Amino acid sequence: MKRRVLPGLPLSLGITLVYAAIIIVLPLIALVFKAASLGPADYWRIVTSDRAVASYVVTVSCALAATLFNVVFGMALAWVLVRYRFPGRRIIDALVDLPFALPTAVAGISLTTLFAVNGWFGGPLSALGIKVAYTPLGIMIAMAFTSLPFVVRTVQPVLEELDPALEEAAQTLGGSDLSIFARVVLPLLTPALLAGVSLSFARSLGEFGAIIFIAGNQPFETEITALLAFIRLEEYDYPASAAIASVMLIAAFVMLAVTNIMQARALRYTVRN
Amino acid sequence: MKISLDNVVKTFDTFRAVHGVSLEIESGELVALLGPSGSGKTTILRMVAGLEYADGGQIYFGDEDATDIPVRDRGVGFVFQHYALFPHMTVAENIAFGMKVSKVKRSGEAIRERVRELLDLVQLSGLGERFPGQISGGQRQRVALARALAVDPRVLLLDEPFGALDANVRRDLRRWLRKIHDDLGITTLFVTHDQEEALDLADRVVILDKGRIVQQGTPEDVCRSPHDAFVMRFLGDANALPATVRNGKAYVQDVEFDAAGLADGSAEVLFRPADVAWREDGQGVPAQIVRVLDRPDSRRVLAKTTGGQSIEFDTAPEFPHRKGEAGFIDIRRPRVYASGRS
Repeated sequence: MKRRVLPGLPLSLGITLVYAAIIIVLPLIALVFKAASLGPADYWRIVTSDRAVASYVVTVSCALAATLFNVVFGMALAWVLVRYRFPGRRIIDALVDLPFALPTAVAGISLTTLFAVNGWFGGPLSALGIKVAYTPLGIMIAMAFTSLPFVVRTVQPVLEELDPALEEAAQTLGGSDLSIFARVVLPLLTPALLAGVSLSFARSLGEFGAIIFIAGNQPFETEITALLAFIRLEEYDYPASAAIASVMLIAAFVMLAVTNIMQARALRYTVRN
Repeated sequence: MKISLDNVVKTFDTFRAVHGVSLEIESGELVALLGPSGSGKTTILRMVAGLEYADGGQIYFGDEDATDIPVRDRGVGFVFQHYALFPHMTVAENIAFGMKVSKVKRSGEAIRERVRELLDLVQLSGLGERFPGQISGGQRQRVALARALAVDPRVLLLDEPFGALDANVRRDLRRWLRKIHDDLGITTLFVTHDQEEALDLADRVVILDKGRIVQQGTPEDVCRSPHDAFVMRFLGDANALPATVRNGKAYVQDVEFDAAGLADGSAEVLFRPADVAWREDGQGVPAQIVRVLDRPDSRRVLAKTTGGQSIEFDTAPEFPHRKGEAGFIDIRRPRVYASGRS
């Protein structure tokens, strides 16, 4: 073996691999085995049942909407926090992490209380004919709440590191604010934004605690996939639960792969030849 | 395009970076703003560009008052110290940027043609498809220049253009920039803290200290007749010996120097290392050799006067004297300045 200057590779690598195997890989293998204990026909029947498909549609469409909201709002928040100095900036900066720190059930109950028909937000909204609690809109809000920090925290450091001379150069070349943002700032933020989007979307797909309180959980309407898996578990139908969970797992893998490819594409200019 | 600054002032919070600077740059001239860091030279350049607004005074481009024209409408080409190339665009896209965002619409073919021309001008044909991360520092600086020239600027402004490059690359780029300037005839203002670069490249050198102009003139003017001890020291190595002025003569340890026009009191005698001759006896300030350093084309002698002042001077490689020997330093071209501001 080659002599290394930096010590500790065998030990640290060993610990890391054992840890990853026990905490990450083992449960996933168990999940796959459990799902595989069903025959292909049964598996297919369970994962394509009407109720399951409806739950995928609810989950994915709400997660997409929540992520889209986070892209816009999260980026604006990161921009404001990095670019401007105003009183209370540090408090807002600290508040961004709150959805991570708060138990999701607490978030779910708070959101439900706020958006219920007799709540602070729910009351005025229902007067306008908009119902949030116990609708997909409620699911979307819960998802957006719990996954917002991902976009802010991935975009923020990149924005901080962005050389102001780039924007100044674009200005001296006659660029308008809009064209500078679209042609210079946004492309440079894209890799970070993609990372934030993929994390935010993944979190939204898997969110459970915050959603079940506000969703109403009506099968075919406001039932998310994670909840369906949980219901099967409660019914002691472990293979069915594992089958549904495996669909989420596959979705997560596919999405990570896609965002990685997109990131590599967005970063191709950093490849030296 | 002639540029005039009339009593321009800039303050950052409580720090006054530029104190009422007035300056004229003739059309087609190549002028260097030279000064140590904190002298306000970059701030002046950025105000001319419109990247900072002046707190007081006026900036004119020709007869037009440009003081309040926003940077994007001012028509300047700006080259940044660290290039500020857009890392996600190819070299060609970087150069084309200004033409693409311009209010004057150009066809794709016209833009491509102009990019080809500019790549030729900066001798980078064939590198158009590379990304900035894939070319050398000197090449990046040339791309930055091509990008700035692409929008047909009225003036070209360069901020420490060669500061981040190797000495050799720097010298080549300097000669090359001078040639481009002579070919295009564009009014050019550049900032540097490197006197050699300023003297090498500029028609006229403006020397700044603490936000004020201390001297301006051709390289010959500023080299041959520095206004004060600061300019003398800043333009190159200088030795200083404390002196006393009496009746128009300055005395350093009984050695007399002409100091016509200086009031009686303390003063300094400054001289270049090349303007010293070592004598074993006779005239000069008595001194002892402390060290002899060898250089490819000369010997540098470190000596101490009997008054305790360290001085350095250059001699021919054949200089025979050694450490510890005593003698006299005979100063040619001494310059006497009243003490105080340095």
